[in-house]
Amino acid sequence: MNDTIIEVQGLEHRYGNFTAVDGISFSVKKGEIFSFLGPNGAGKSTAINVLTTLLRLQKGSARIAGFDLATSPGKIRESIGIVFQEVTLDRDMTCWEILEFHGRLYGMPRDERRARIDELLSLVQLETKKDALTKHLSGGMKRRLEIARGLMTRPKVLFLDEPTIGLDPQTRMRMWEYIKQVNREGTTIFLTTHYMDEADLLSDRISIIDHGKIIITGRSWELKNMLGEDLIYLETSDNDAAKDILRDMAGISEIRTKSRGLILVVNEDGTRLLPSIMEHLRTRGVTVTTVNLKKPSMDDVFVHFTGKELRDEGPEKPSVAASRSRRGRK
Amino acid sequence: MVNTGFTTIYWRDMIRYVRFKTLLISSLVQPALWMAFFGIAMSASFDRLTTTVPTIPGVPAVGYLTFMGAGVIAMTTLFTSLFGGITILFDKNWGLMREIMASPVPREHIIFGIALSGMTKSFIQAVIIMVFGLFLGAQFFNGYTIPETFIAILGILLFVGTFSLGFLFLSAAISVSLESPEGLQGIITLLTMPIFFASNALYPIDAFPEVLQIISRINPLTYLVIGIRYFAVGDDFQSIGVHYTATSGDILVSYAALVIFALIMFSVAWWRFKKAVVT
Ligand SMILES: Nc1ncnc2c1ncn2[C@@H]1O[C@H](COP(=O)(O)OP(=O)(O)OP(=O)(O)O)[C@@H](O)[C@H]1O
Ligand SMILES: [Mg+2]
Repeated sequence: MNDTIIEVQGLEHRYGNFTAVDGISFSVKKGEIFSFLGPNGAGKSTAINVLTTLLRLQKGSARIAGFDLATSPGKIRESIGIVFQEVTLDRDMTCWEILEFHGRLYGMPRDERRARIDELLSLVQLETKKDALTKHLSGGMKRRLEIARGLMTRPKVLFLDEPTIGLDPQTRMRMWEYIKQVNREGTTIFLTTHYMDEADLLSDRISIIDHGKIIITGRSWELKNMLGEDLIYLETSDNDAAKDILRDMAGISEIRTKSRGLILVVNEDGTRLLPSIMEHLRTRGVTVTTVNLKKPSMDDVFVHFTGKELRDEGPEKPSVAASRSRRGRK
Repeated sequence: MVNTGFTTIYWRDMIRYVRFKTLLISSLVQPALWMAFFGIAMSASFDRLTTTVPTIPGVPAVGYLTFMGAGVIAMTTLFTSLFGGITILFDKNWGLMREIMASPVPREHIIFGIALSGMTKSFIQAVIIMVFGLFLGAQFFNGYTIPETFIAILGILLFVGTFSLGFLFLSAAISVSLESPEGLQGIITLLTMPIFFASNALYPIDAFPEVLQIISRINPLTYLVIGIRYFAVGDDFQSIGVHYTATSGDILVSYAALVIFALIMFSVAWWRFKKAVVT
């Protein structure tokens, strides 16, 4: 239990008689990037607001960074950083002042504060904007500044509510890099998102949340593998021969013929099976000219578990290469 | 961690104060303009009228400009303080209040920080009015020695400070309960009229109808004006035909009234802040 940093049991939150968060339980390990993936109105922000002590705990229990939410909200405040869904910057303060203000709010000593500000401004590449008013920053710069602010006090857990909402693809990608870097330096990250690719690429584990309930939790590949099959697309020197050769091979449950190649439906880990398929074909004299492994995407997972499409898609779809590289991590 | 949250809130509010040059300058020039135009115009007509009123022999007489100078300080303090909480509303709109509410800073520090910066602004304005008033010919601190003048200024600032705290707490309480700055403006307009005119700021209350007299006696502004006049003009003077005297006991009672007012307003603000949910 020592490496659990967030432990939530039966958390429920109502607005009047509308239940926004409906009895969720989950835990986050120290050093993890953990995501809530869910559509608009799923209850993600409500959950974050309760966990960050902004909304009163109504029902259920939570421990964050070793402190009980019900009895020591003050201790929790000191241990966490937050980046809210909406921009919360004073338009008429400079970047430096925003960070200085935050450090002072948390009672950081002056020297530590000043050193930390320089460090963070360079982390988020805003050194040159140090004395610029925040109203003169671009959307991405504002978000970076807010992330820097969330990190000022070296929090044990950083809560990010939709960190890349409204940013362009390049900026989102850079934002993910920051988040990963921060995470590598030891900060546990709890984030919410309604972008499939963001949950997929960024997080160690994902909870899919809808209508205030957690539907399923797992690593992205675990969730995808729960759907079952990987898809392997092959083009060979002789597709008919290849089909015969592979028909009885273990692990392949179905072979579909396409105009220029074959799709193998695989009922085990496709990445492990692929080398032996290639080897098998080579020894029988069939040359593979093109190969493509497609994991079921997060979209497929989401549709499978919630029974509906996320209308509000991220600007980018996860590519095959990206889902593959995920398997390499952890 | 040593909690100096209120100094942080104060620091940030003062940054905003000096940053908006037009607001800063208008807040400094406005009370001076009141003195210049209203004061000179009114004193011209009042002083002409009062030449017909027999003066009380043996009591030093002061002109209307001097008399209303105290009222202008009081009025400016009232406006500035009632508006002091508007930062809270801007912060609610821009989301900064969330950052503060999610931080370990205790909520009473937010109230104190805002109050302290509002008080500072009132001090600056009060000093400007006194200096400008002297320049226009008001007989403030007339015949005082330098140490006496010094004590008188401290006395005025003490009254102004306590009074402004009361209205800043009130303003903070209203602001934290509202959603938009427009709402606060409406409430301020409603409040300032009766507070300002049902007081002794511009004219003596003796001639008021009974109801207005009662209102003016529970009006904190009246007690502020009594204090300012005592320190700025003296404990025995006449103006526009009315004889003003004040004992140190009277002054103590007036000050106590302001302290009680501030305490009540603080508890109201505290209660509103405890209840406030900002998300
Ligand atoms: N202050 C409130 N009063 C009443 N209902 C609210 C309030 N805040 C949120 N809700 C409702 O609670 C539900 C969950 O809202 P929440 O903001 O937690 O969703 P979310 O998952 O963060 O959505 P989004 O992706 O749009 O940010 C929504 O149906 C919303 O209408
Ligand atoms: Mg949200």
